[in-house]
Amino acid sequence: MPQTSPATKDVKQKYHNVKLATILSLVFAGLGQIYNKRLLKGIIFLIIESAFLITMLNFIIHGVWGFITLGEVKGEDHSIILLIEGLVSLIVIAFAATLYVYNVIDAKRDARLLAQGESVPSVRKQVKDAYDAGFPYMMVGPGLVMLVFIVVLPLAFMISLAFTDYNLYNSPPRNLLSWVGFQNFVDLVTLSIWKKSFLNVLSWTLVWTVVATTLQIALGLFLALLVNDERVKFKRTIRTVLILPWAVPAFVTILIFSAMFNDTFGAINKDILSQFGMMIPWLTDPTWTKVALIMIQTWLGFPFVFALFTGVLQSIPRDMYEAADVDGGTRLQKFRFITFPHIMFATAPLLIMQYAQNFNNFNIIYLFNEGGPAVRGQNAGGTDILISWVYKLTFDTNNYNMAAAITIIMGLVVSIFAFYQFRKTAAYKEEGEM
Amino acid sequence: MNKKTKSRIEMGFIYAFILFMFIIIAYPLLWTIGISLNPGTNMFSSSMIPENITFEHYKWLFTDPSSDYLIWYKNSVFVAVVNSVASVIITSFVAYAFSRYKFVGRKNGLYAFLLLQMFPALMGMVALYILLNLIGLLDNLWGLILIYVGGQIPFNAWLVKGYFDTIPRELDEAARMDGAGHFQVFFKIMLPLAKPILAVVALFNFMAPFTDFLLPRIVLSSPENFTLALGLFNFINNQFANNFTRFAAGSILIAIPIALVFLFLQRYLISGLTSGATKG
Repeated sequence: MPQTSPATKDVKQKYHNVKLATILSLVFAGLGQIYNKRLLKGIIFLIIESAFLITMLNFIIHGVWGFITLGEVKGEDHSIILLIEGLVSLIVIAFAATLYVYNVIDAKRDARLLAQGESVPSVRKQVKDAYDAGFPYMMVGPGLVMLVFIVVLPLAFMISLAFTDYNLYNSPPRNLLSWVGFQNFVDLVTLSIWKKSFLNVLSWTLVWTVVATTLQIALGLFLALLVNDERVKFKRTIRTVLILPWAVPAFVTILIFSAMFNDTFGAINKDILSQFGMMIPWLTDPTWTKVALIMIQTWLGFPFVFALFTGVLQSIPRDMYEAADVDGGTRLQKFRFITFPHIMFATAPLLIMQYAQNFNNFNIIYLFNEGGPAVRGQNAGGTDILISWVYKLTFDTNNYNMAAAITIIMGLVVSIFAFYQFRKTAAYKEEGEM
Repeated sequence: MNKKTKSRIEMGFIYAFILFMFIIIAYPLLWTIGISLNPGTNMFSSSMIPENITFEHYKWLFTDPSSDYLIWYKNSVFVAVVNSVASVIITSFVAYAFSRYKFVGRKNGLYAFLLLQMFPALMGMVALYILLNLIGLLDNLWGLILIYVGGQIPFNAWLVKGYFDTIPRELDEAARMDGAGHFQVFFKIMLPLAKPILAVVALFNFMAPFTDFLLPRIVLSSPENFTLALGLFNFINNQFANNFTRFAAGSILIAIPIALVFLFLQRYLISGLTSGATKG
């Protein structure tokens, strides 16, 4: 690497061409950097691009072809594998494009510095700069790769499936899939069996999310306020017991409840309700199953909210209440103007998460009664929510395309929650600080 | 009515309500313990207070040659430990970069995390199944671990980043002045100060394999690879009611250690969650 003396610096100022550096780096990554006399960086870029072209080009061309056509020879091309390979190539292209754009920006920036008369830094300095600039990417790298392949790729795959005709009767490798546009979504709202199932499941999902979550929050809040009363003794013991339902693994309790609610042999009917001469069809009547589900979710969900609120309540400064007492504030006023705003400010994002979690609460629906009981005239169970319906469509009846279409609709709903979180977070932080 | 009696009546109502909650909470738990002590495997002939108490089901789980319970326990502990360690390492790396460095894509990355944590792994289940099949990790504990570790990143990175943000920057700047490198600041300053939140992440990821049954159900197929949750589910799913007492006994054996750990650590869980959420 040539050391620049002040004399040559002036010459460079005249002759170094920023445009040429940019164009060179556009032609092939690294050329611009070499022109900028950043040999090391240039060679690394050169190697990366050559290696990329040599090893990945065929895969990418094949992948993009597969993604567009989903295969051309029946029985030989496996549409699903082609689809996944296609998505992987798209991701690789995105990575490569980012690097490429970075290379151009980098070449342009260095060229400009050079043209302004800055000297080329020593190799040592260059390596250190590269390490400093690259460090955050290095730290994010492993996580990012896992995230892309385990979270993003599967979601992208689901999204793609929603636009294909992949189901039990049309499945690779025997058949080829093809892109069908929005046909699945149209079917969902026009074909009578799908329309009926979809509307029923969607409305129950929303009712379930709102009612179950609100109940668990309300009960948690109420209990937190009660136990926080200064006159209550044995607070620690009471709190420990009230948190128990959260501490026991949920799948265990749900299965236990499922047995307890058994119509004929369950403890609820056999031991408790029979004393009042009642037998409630908990597992065979959809309405009763829904009631049972909401009660169980309240049981399971309130301790988290309770613990959360208890923590926040203890952090509210006491002098605020004392000031309110001086002003003659009633208990309701104190709650409305001091307690409530406080706990809501601190916990709103977590409460929103509770709604999002119940919206996707597969475990309780599936483990309690497998989404049943069955209902005439629809292909979803009487208590199926969207996610358990998707599970059944996927693994029981192999209606992959419809399951994927419904997943997209779920994704849209979930995004509404996420959007709220964005605003909430943005409100806490100024843009740059986040 | 004077103030004192009014207060007494109020307290009466409060305690009555708390007692009512105690009963509702305790009933199913005690019922399970009662059932697990019944002789025979049938739920229908069992009662909450058995006439002759027996520990045969607990014994069966551990000693019977046809019981895979110990293998499942071992699998669950293995998945839990690896998942917990790997998650803490990867998540803290990511959170450190997002908390302390400016780089291209940082802000959008944070938004992406916020969005992605809302999507359960379940939404991509078909693809996960096919992907694991492609790389030969289907019906393999490592495949399960891979999904757990990847899936937890958005939520936990957000949580840990929120905590890192509360550690004063002056500390790492001072260390930088003294010549500490990127890694030194990370290992010598950030990690020790962030122990509480890292413990929360470790705990979350340690518990997940014990309580999750859906992913194992999709990924694992042979009984010797089952985790506890999946194995227990199959006790009652295959022949309902036939093995219910065994299921009850097995459930109690996981519920007790988990509940104990949980009760010990819940205070940290809560403080970790609130600090991560409000400062995130």
